[in-house]
Amino acid sequence: MADPVLSLEGLSKSFGALRATDQVSLTLLPGEIHALIGPNGAGKSTLMGLISGTLAPDAGSISLGGQDITALSMPQRARAGLGRSFQVSSLIAEYSALRNVLLALQAHDGHSFRFMRPVMRDKALIARAQAILARVGLAARASVEAGALSHGERRLLEIAMALALQPRCFLFDEPMAGLGAEGTARLVDFLRGLKSEAPILLVEHDMDAVFRLADRISVLVYGRIIATGNAAEIRTNSDVRAIYLGEEVAS
Amino acid sequence: MDSTLKEWLLNAVMVVALLLVPLWAWLANEPFIITLATRIAILALAGVGLNIALGLGGMVSFGHALYLGIGGYVAGIAAHHAFHGTTVLGLPGTNQMLPIWAIAMILSGAIAGVVGALSLRTSGIFFIMITLAFAQMGFFFALSWPAYGGEDGLPIFVRNQFPGLNTLRPWEFFLISYGVLLVALGLFALLRAARFGAALMAIRQNPDRVAALGITPFGVKLVAFVLSGMITGLAGALMADLTRFVSPAMMAWTMSGELIVIIILGGVGRLFGPVAGAAILVGFEVFFGGLTEHWKLWLGLVLLGVVLFARGGIIGLIAGRAHHG
Repeated sequence: MADPVLSLEGLSKSFGALRATDQVSLTLLPGEIHALIGPNGAGKSTLMGLISGTLAPDAGSISLGGQDITALSMPQRARAGLGRSFQVSSLIAEYSALRNVLLALQAHDGHSFRFMRPVMRDKALIARAQAILARVGLAARASVEAGALSHGERRLLEIAMALALQPRCFLFDEPMAGLGAEGTARLVDFLRGLKSEAPILLVEHDMDAVFRLADRISVLVYGRIIATGNAAEIRTNSDVRAIYLGEEVAS
Repeated sequence: MDSTLKEWLLNAVMVVALLLVPLWAWLANEPFIITLATRIAILALAGVGLNIALGLGGMVSFGHALYLGIGGYVAGIAAHHAFHGTTVLGLPGTNQMLPIWAIAMILSGAIAGVVGALSLRTSGIFFIMITLAFAQMGFFFALSWPAYGGEDGLPIFVRNQFPGLNTLRPWEFFLISYGVLLVALGLFALLRAARFGAALMAIRQNPDRVAALGITPFGVKLVAFVLSGMITGLAGALMADLTRFVSPAMMAWTMSGELIVIIILGGVGRLFGPVAGAAILVGFEVFFGGLTEHWKLWLGLVLLGVVLFARGGIIGLIAGRAHHG
């Protein structure tokens, strides 16, 4: 088996008496989409926070490409190769879609302390940004302010910004949320093509999309991973059926 | 008309008017008008400094009078020792503006670095209060420092000099202040359009998003804060030379407030916001100050109107909201 790109080892996080993340170990292998599912309150957001660096774990470690990133800050983790999208679209509202991607490219290049050269005259940089917007289907909306984009377009812009970082792995937090059937179908196709560039850890509520996309699925309940396996294994796992998929499967 | 074009035209009108009015005053032998224009240029310069922190970076510093005062005291102390032929810290005084400006900027930048490093760990009201606290420390330090006049302030007997110009002539001193203002505006425009400005303005809007991209907001904000303090410090040195006097009042919290008012009146984050704001402030002081000693009441009403109905300041009112492309 190939070395994992991202691996979590015994990760725990408590808020008071609540164990939001309880001894979670998980790997993300090259070329795969690993989906993380679980009922509301299972601790998905906490786990995403621990991986991206907004929360510090009480115990356990996180490594990215063999490097221990547990002690790194959120910006350092991003520079180490973690490309995340936010559960609720988080963009630079007054910037056009193009400038949002330009900012991500600038972050990826690591040159923010440049004071003289106007960004909007950097033709090479703009061409790269436009290519990325075209990949997610936002080329025609490049000059629209992020705050004026539709919900679905904002979700796509989130993805475009993650692409611009050329990360070692993607961390997508409910990218399908609110996209509608057609938008979801297009994003499913897109992510399927994307996973060969960098593996994707996907938190998603849309079970249909998860079962179509994921190479492996981990089920999180009360902060613990109760099962990991491919779609067929998860569908037939009795614990998962009992706790999580119960009603859907029964009907 | 396109709003970007409108803003450029408006800016051009201000550049030309700020030059032509004192030029006319010079020809008509009205030195008072030239002094007013110089005051506008210097206040605008101080505002350009604050506009980097407040306008681009969203850092509401309620203590920028500190840097104005540091610049002022550098000019005053250097001139004082040059005049008396004494030394300070083993160095002779100087009555040359260029080295004074350099020292004023370095010292303001260094102090801004310390203040920024401590205050930028907080945000919102705490940031405002810490910057205010530092400025008050400077104010009371100057007040209780008898060597340089304490609360009486320190006079500059002869205005400091600039190579090739007679700074005692109001018109020539105006040209120096105006030139420095234009250079500062040019630098502001450059850094705003560059990658640094892109990161800084993004941090103002959404710091978590910027951090998730791998840019550490703290470092960008700190550099902006230092640059901001340096430019306001330079304005302080010019201000001291304009009034030929420096006193703790330059560091008073009301002065910090005045700088914020300038930015808000003109347009937060707009290139020429500080110029428009300073012109309005000085204009009110002169026209309403001549009618009533309560002119600040009328300025307050205008400020209220701007905050309630024209958040983009005068520039926003005329040219529409800012576009970042």
